[in-house]
Amino acid sequence: MIGLIVLVIVIALVITYIVMYNGLQRAKVNTDEAWSQIDVQLQRRNDLIPNLVETTKGYAKHERETLDEVVGLRNKIMQLPADAHQEKMEISNQLTDALKSIFALSENYPDLKASQEFSQLQEELTNTENKIAYSRQLFNSSAALYNQKLVTFPSNMVAHIHHMTKVNYLETPSAAKEAPKVSF
Amino acid sequence: MLYQQIAQNKRKTIYVLIGFYVLVGLMGAALGYFCYGRATIGIAIAIGVGLFYMIMTLTQSTSIVMSMNNAHPVTEEQAPVLYHVVQDMAMVGKVPMPKVYIIDDPSPNAFATGPDPQHAAVAATTGLLERLNREELEGVIGHEISHIRNYDIRLQSTALALSSAISYLANLGVNSFFWGRVNRDDDDNQSAIIAMIFSILTLILGPLAATLAQMALSRNREYLADAGSVELTRNPQGLIDALRAISDSEPMRNANTSSASLYIADPFKKGSWTHLFDTHPPIEKRIERLEHM
Repeated sequence: MIGLIVLVIVIALVITYIVMYNGLQRAKVNTDEAWSQIDVQLQRRNDLIPNLVETTKGYAKHERETLDEVVGLRNKIMQLPADAHQEKMEISNQLTDALKSIFALSENYPDLKASQEFSQLQEELTNTENKIAYSRQLFNSSAALYNQKLVTFPSNMVAHIHHMTKVNYLETPSAAKEAPKVSF
Repeated sequence: MLYQQIAQNKRKTIYVLIGFYVLVGLMGAALGYFCYGRATIGIAIAIGVGLFYMIMTLTQSTSIVMSMNNAHPVTEEQAPVLYHVVQDMAMVGKVPMPKVYIIDDPSPNAFATGPDPQHAAVAATTGLLERLNREELEGVIGHEISHIRNYDIRLQSTALALSSAISYLANLGVNSFFWGRVNRDDDDNQSAIIAMIFSILTLILGPLAATLAQMALSRNREYLADAGSVELTRNPQGLIDALRAISDSEPMRNANTSSASLYIADPFKKGSWTHLFDTHPPIEKRIERLEHM
């Protein structure tokens, strides 16, 4: 009788352990997926920037500095290792600001603003910027779910055994905190 | 605050749906008693009719609703801004990308429909795209994606099906009465007369009650979807500005009456002295709630 009770308890513990472990893994996978969403958008923006620079150059010859800054930041982000999440986002935020100033200066060049190619690129980049912002939001909420599991009982014990560590949140740029979206 | 509101609305929805089913059953019982002197036959008919309407609505849905409202599908190239905003909201709301439709109408409005999130569709008027900026558009589309995410689209279809079933049953009762197919042979004692009056009252008042319940259901859902939109965009001001712009515009030219409750704001803008028959809560009240978020 006692043997049976012990057996039932052991089985229950094993099942709980497996459920907890899988829950933790699933939450971690969700965070990784959310990050890869961000990465896809960062990559897409990197691909769009050369086109934007080429198009803008033709109309706005005196704006070398701003264009060079954008290209510089783009190259910097591309050289970062894949797992440098925080650094990537930091430069990405600077790139967002630099792109904003390109779209702002287009106000001074009516020909540029009127160009079909430029307005198409503007929509493409606005779309990418918004997707970066929204996938960052998705990443942070997935990370919050995972981190919650790490500190709550009993999944925290399973996490401890497997040396699972907290995922850092991605900071929202301070300027964007008031108006979370980018509309150029 | 947001989660409490969602939980509260989900509870209310269950009550309303139970009420709907009870009403369908009652209508059936009244019909059965009225025509055949037996309630059970009527209940069987009612359940059959209710199921038929529900299966029809849940399987045919999207394309029929879209063609009823003169909406046509668009690609990413044809409407890049709308398409991209729907993509963003679907991504952050974790639902599959819905089909995107456009309605040629200068009045700004939008709706979502479909049997489930996997087969959902979103439609916006050309007026919405012309008059709203991107943030406002995100608020509106966030509202529609919330309808999809909360399974409101399925609930709306179900409610629409059940109230159609109820009005069909009422018609059946009225026809039987006029065509003299009333076939009863029990003695006219007092309880039979009372039951008879009760049956007639149910047949008359049933459709009215169904309409009222459908309206109330739709009104609650709107508040919930507004809250859901803010959860997605984190930007109540966008939706507030969008609702203001929508309320400052003319009514839609040819919206479909039976799908009026699907739209983000009442497409007909009829101001009724009592709010009993409104499909939507007053826009001022919605804005007030958004401002407190």
